[in-house]
Amino acid sequence: MFEQIVFYSFAAMLVFSASMVVSMRNPVHAALFLILAFFTSAALWLLLQAEFLAIVLVLVYVGAVMVLFLFVVMMLDINVTVIREGFARHLPVGIGVAIMMLLSMGLIVGSKQFQLVQPEDLNKFDPQFSNTQELGLALYTDYLYPFEIAGAILLVAIIAAISLTMRKPRTHKTPKPEKQVSVRSQDRVRIVKMESEK
Amino acid sequence: MLVLSEFLTLGAILFCISVAGIFINRKNVIILLMCIELMLLSVNMNFISFSHFLGDIGGQVFVFFILTVAAAEAAIGLAILVVLFRSRNTINVADLDSMKG
Amino acid sequence: MFENMEKIYLAIVLAPLLGSVIAGLFGKLIGRSGAHWVTIIGVGISSLLSMLAYKHIVFDGGEMFNQTIYTWLSIGSLDINVGFLVDRLSVSMMVVVTFVSWMIHIYTIGYMHDDPGYQRFFSYISLFTFAMLMLVMSNNFMQLFFGWEGVGLVSYLLIGFWYKKESAIFANMKAFLVNRVGDFGFLLGIAGVLLYFGSLDYMEVFAETAAVDGLTMEIFSGHPWSVITVICICLFIGAMGKSAQVPLHVWLPDSMEGPTPISALIHAATMVTAGIFMVSRMSPLFELSEVALSFILVIGSITALFMGLLGLVQNDIKRVIAYSTLSQLGYMTVALGASAYAAAMFHLITHAFFKALLFLAAGSVIIGMHHEQDMRKMGGLYKYMPITWITSLLGSLALIGFPGTSGFYSKDAIIEAVHHSALPGSGFAYFAVVAGVFITALYSFRLFFMTFHGKERIDKHTWEHLHESPKVVTVPLAVLAIPSILLGAFLIGPMLFGGYFEESIFVAAKHDVLAEIGADYHGVWGFTLHAFQAAPVYLALAGVGVAWLFYIKYPAVPAQIAGRFGFLHKLLLEKYYFDSFNQSVFAGGTRKIGSFFWRIGDIRIIDGFFVNGTALSIRWFSGIVRTIQSGYLYDYAFSMIIGLLILLALFVHHLI
Repeated sequence: MFEQIVFYSFAAMLVFSASMVVSMRNPVHAALFLILAFFTSAALWLLLQAEFLAIVLVLVYVGAVMVLFLFVVMMLDINVTVIREGFARHLPVGIGVAIMMLLSMGLIVGSKQFQLVQPEDLNKFDPQFSNTQELGLALYTDYLYPFEIAGAILLVAIIAAISLTMRKPRTHKTPKPEKQVSVRSQDRVRIVKMESEK
Repeated sequence: MLVLSEFLTLGAILFCISVAGIFINRKNVIILLMCIELMLLSVNMNFISFSHFLGDIGGQVFVFFILTVAAAEAAIGLAILVVLFRSRNTINVADLDSMKG
Repeated sequence: MFENMEKIYLAIVLAPLLGSVIAGLFGKLIGRSGAHWVTIIGVGISSLLSMLAYKHIVFDGGEMFNQTIYTWLSIGSLDINVGFLVDRLSVSMMVVVTFVSWMIHIYTIGYMHDDPGYQRFFSYISLFTFAMLMLVMSNNFMQLFFGWEGVGLVSYLLIGFWYKKESAIFANMKAFLVNRVGDFGFLLGIAGVLLYFGSLDYMEVFAETAAVDGLTMEIFSGHPWSVITVICICLFIGAMGKSAQVPLHVWLPDSMEGPTPISALIHAATMVTAGIFMVSRMSPLFELSEVALSFILVIGSITALFMGLLGLVQNDIKRVIAYSTLSQLGYMTVALGASAYAAAMFHLITHAFFKALLFLAAGSVIIGMHHEQDMRKMGGLYKYMPITWITSLLGSLALIGFPGTSGFYSKDAIIEAVHHSALPGSGFAYFAVVAGVFITALYSFRLFFMTFHGKERIDKHTWEHLHESPKVVTVPLAVLAIPSILLGAFLIGPMLFGGYFEESIFVAAKHDVLAEIGADYHGVWGFTLHAFQAAPVYLALAGVGVAWLFYIKYPAVPAQIAGRFGFLHKLLLEKYYFDSFNQSVFAGGTRKIGSFFWRIGDIRIIDGFFVNGTALSIRWFSGIVRTIQSGYLYDYAFSMIIGLLILLALFVHHLI
């Protein structure tokens, strides 16, 4: 019973914060609500005994990715009014599509194939049982190659992000032929009529 | 007792909210990226609940990988966004309709 | 030294090619004299080696040479080879080709002395010698065709040698196009040979004739045609183009636009005889088809008689000789039709010498007259150009068949052969060749008298500079005059009746007219005396007499006759309207058809419907599709999500 209370309260908070993410006017607020959503789902994952991933979600996602988000949002000077254009106009369509999708998904996931209950009582677990250890065993044995690939992907992402955003110092000046060709005399010389001074 | 379909339904709701978010925030790239993060979160939720209810650690391994890729994706997406903003001075998707940089 | 003939034959072929390449590509580098030395040495080597080969094969009884030198390409079971077949037939041709060519190389030094395209000219004529040798020495159809096209190409280049002269360009285009018609037939013939004999090698084909004889094919269903006849007539159409037989003769008179050495080398002595040579070479095939032989006979006799008539009304000295060439080629073709291949080859050889002589003499006159070719502006030249005068008299005597000259023996042999032939059409052919003798004499001596005798009609400026041509011109004339007169008497016995060609020419027993004549042959002297009992000699003398009357004694008569028979005169002047017919029907018709297809097919259907139509329909369709591809990210996201929704709906539908 306790579990159900926990689940439903966190689930409600998750749905609420997700809705806020998509509907907030200010991107900073949206990012903050997204952080809230990550926290609540981390709590739900604890409920599902995925302790390591819950911690990772908080540490990596909230600690790094979301900070990055906030950082970018705050760094960029975003004109909110322009970006919010058409929000009301697209709202009914968005909600309509979302409800249709939810209905069809609900039909599937609500069906009796998915009425599994928890395998055993959560309290019966060995206190020494470590989710981290078990995950690590799986990662470093069966999933060793994917793990290596994931590392490579991260490396590539680091290099890509740096090379994309790095501003190269201007070491030399080059003429721009297209601008030279299209130049007109009136751009260069301005004839100003002045009264001659006495 | 909690059943699997409760978690799955939560994931589905989360997914649909993010789809609706993509629809209604179609001009704001930042919110779009956040919606994609939400979608991934809902998928992760499904993976973890299956892993838990089926007693298979493989689901959690997949979540681990998804988190990795999502972090990479967010980093690159934001980097692109920064470059974009630097050159166009806007992140309005409606203005990003040409291939030329 | 004869154990390695292959190298000698290779040298014969390649020496002119080497000379041509050097003169053509490095002409600027080696200069004018360098160009003529290198080519003359090349052709000289070729000529001397040919004579050596001739001695080896004819006098020393050497082995016939038939060998593949190089495989050019291989398609499935078909090998296209370069190989030489040197027997008595081809070695005779080689000697004639290289010797005449050599003389003409030397002569050209004088004739082209001031021409800016000197090196180019030498390169071309050496290339011609190479191509002709490839044709003559070939041992398979494909190489024959290569040489055939090679000489055609050089002929094209040389007729249009003065490429700034509009009439020359027209003439070379005409020659090229008319020859294409013939070559098309020739190629079809070769294809027929390949289809039915399965090989292109002469010896393999000739060995298979018995298997193909009697086969028929149906080109139009219900009309079975003899395969051999179809192949032979196709091959002969090729010969008609190259050897200028009616109706494909129209290019030869116009080819006189080229320099005179070319008229002598290509359009009199060698190239035009390629067709005659080819038919002789294919005698094992032609002998199997009486229809084809009759066809050849009739075409040849038409050419012999009617082209001679045209020579009567021409005033351009070279054109008269050109029509005479046509007529003489007609004689050779008649001989082929009568199965007297040896007689045709005999006439070919003697004709090569005296016709080259006549052309070079005409060239000498033209040099003396400062490139004036109109006979009406000549006359009385014998005083100024004695060597030219005497050599062209000898040439003309040989041409009309004056007893004792080479032309007499060869032409009389042809007339006798036709007389003995029993093929359909031989009656007409006999009449044509006999009448042709009179015509030949008339136009030859018309030319001779108008040029060298009678009143001087030369304009004053030319007259002041009139003199005999230089040594490089007169020496070849003298050298050519000797065989023109004497060769016939030496060759007639062995060549016609002595089995000179041995197995290289095949004559079926029932067609063997030469054997019939040979039964009555009792030496050269007897043959010559016998001629005085027959009509041709008197006809020739009558022709000379008439020419003397008309152009020396009473010069006003020809004009009166022309006036009296205005229609006939016009017909001859217009060359039986062949040219106008070709111009209006073939050229004009082709242009009309082309223009029709251009307007309907090209502009409407291809451009309008296919090209622009495709573009328009794509533009229309892409106009619709473009609205989907807006370039906005959210539109793509939208379509993705809609797709997802549809998939999901399908999944749910399937599940429930």
